[in-house]
Amino acid sequence: MTFRKYLVLAGVAVLATAGDSLLSRGMKEIGGIPLNNLSAVLLALRDPWIVLGIVFLIGFFAAYMYALSWADLTYVLPATSIGYVLLALIAKFALHEQVTLLRWIGILLISAGVGFVAGGPELTHPKQELPADLASASASGDS
Amino acid sequence: MRHAYTWGAILVIVVASVTGDVLLSHAMKTVGDVGALYRRSGLLTVLGKILGNQSFVLGIVAMAVAFFSLLFALSWGDVSLVAPASASLTFVGNAVAAKVFLHERVDRRRWIAAGLVACGVALLAG
Repeated sequence: MTFRKYLVLAGVAVLATAGDSLLSRGMKEIGGIPLNNLSAVLLALRDPWIVLGIVFLIGFFAAYMYALSWADLTYVLPATSIGYVLLALIAKFALHEQVTLLRWIGILLISAGVGFVAGGPELTHPKQELPADLASASASGDS
Repeated sequence: MRHAYTWGAILVIVVASVTGDVLLSHAMKTVGDVGALYRRSGLLTVLGKILGNQSFVLGIVAMAVAFFSLLFALSWGDVSLVAPASASLTFVGNAVAAKVFLHERVDRRRWIAAGLVACGVALLAG
């Protein structure tokens, strides 16, 4: 269970980061949407970057729902925020952007938070709340 | 003016995504461990149980609102402001909402983690 657990959490982080970056790139190509013509946002659905971003975000959503089925919301969210660190590292080493000192401090804080929560229990509800068959199935099947 | 639009959209993103996260988390806790359910009864049962859950459907609606607000916000403001600002506010909002609505035991470890991540994400915007 433990390896699969971290694999799913990593998948959530990577897919969300990739999806957001693709959306951002697509929306920059489309430009500002005027307030008096909000339906112009539908044009965004024809942009290939947006479409690819949506595909990644659908994958993210599946992994996220899977994680939420066995872990608390307050565990999954901080644990998957490692994606922001990935994004900053990609910006620095792949895109050669300037990463300022403040950003490095931010990366450090996020990493500390992720380590803090990921080391704790993923579910704070007592197992007794689960139906008996489900509790025994997850106890025997997830090793 | 554009600044006000951006922050308005960020506020909508935060409220909608906290609502969505809480509803979806509630739905998936009702469904239970998807992996175990899949091994017992197969994919169709899993999908049926998830899609038939009212909280899940409402959660999707809230997430759709958050998604389109994000598109608006990204078209008005920089991604380096919009993404970290909405994410860090969503972290704190979610910790409070998970405690109040989902009765998760948000212990000191998790408060500290949520706080550290929220501060870190906010610093990335700098």
